Amino acid sequence: MQKLLIYISGLMFGVGVSMGGMANPAKVQNFFDVFGVWDPSLALVMGGALLVTAPGYWLIFKRGKPLFAGGFSVPTNRTIDAKLIFGSATFGIGWGIAGFCPGASIPVMSTLNPDVLIFSGAMIAGIFAAKGMMHLAAQRSAKAGQAA
Amino acid sequence: MTVIETAFTPWASLIGGLLIGFATVLLMLVRGNVFGATGVLAGFMTPSSSSDWAWRATLIAGMLTGPFAILLFTGGFPVIEVPMSRLAMIVGGFIVGIGVTYGSGCTSGHGVCGLARLSPRSIAATATFMLFSFITVYVIRHVIGG
Repeated sequence: MQKLLIYISGLMFGVGVSMGGMANPAKVQNFFDVFGVWDPSLALVMGGALLVTAPGYWLIFKRGKPLFAGGFSVPTNRTIDAKLIFGSATFGIGWGIAGFCPGASIPVMSTLNPDVLIFSGAMIAGIFAAKGMMHLAAQRSAKAGQAA
Repeated sequence: MTVIETAFTPWASLIGGLLIGFATVLLMLVRGNVFGATGVLAGFMTPSSSSDWAWRATLIAGMLTGPFAILLFTGGFPVIEVPMSRLAMIVGGFIVGIGVTYGSGCTSGHGVCGLARLSPRSIAATATFMLFSFITVYVIRHVIGG
């Protein structure tokens, strides 16, 4: 039952992203091209999602716990640091260049569209590269801590 | 770089957005997790346990079926028009991967789930990536391309 509901959640997300135009780079770039061929559609995708998620989350949190887990596993970090801003700015540049974001590219990988597959492959390489760099940085700071 | 004009699709986009909303709510209700594509994918590739991998694999399987549901109802896969070159897909994809890892999230995790929880980190992240996407497209189309 739990598996089926999780599958349906993924399916709704995949249909929503596809229907909304989020997985169409032309539409994504045009959303940001306010001084050119502006297409405001994506504001409705994000707005529509928030219209459901915000009250939905509120009701579920009020309920106290999820159906099939002991508690919620939501991020608790509330600190806005340089890493968050650097990462988000970098993501924004990449999103602007390619027109795909992770949540949009994953569902449409099943269409085997070559641009989607190339973008997704490069994105996965970027994720591992960043994880590697973060790992090295953590090791270096641990060593520096020992030396001091 | 080319510019492909697209039509404003208020109803399809609004319904698509509502569906994304219901998807995030269902996952939170069932498992208590946020629906962040970055986190789901990263955890799928480097899972902490086999049960952790299983739910992520199930969710991703559902996501991948989405375009087939569109195919079933409309007779065609979702429209994917790419104005940029293959090189831009490689460079952009790599940059996206680096950014979402350092930024701990993307449009779904910060932009939908985080904003819905009024997380200060997600509000800062969303404002930052929207601004930088806007600047990037402006530079591509009106500075370099103009």
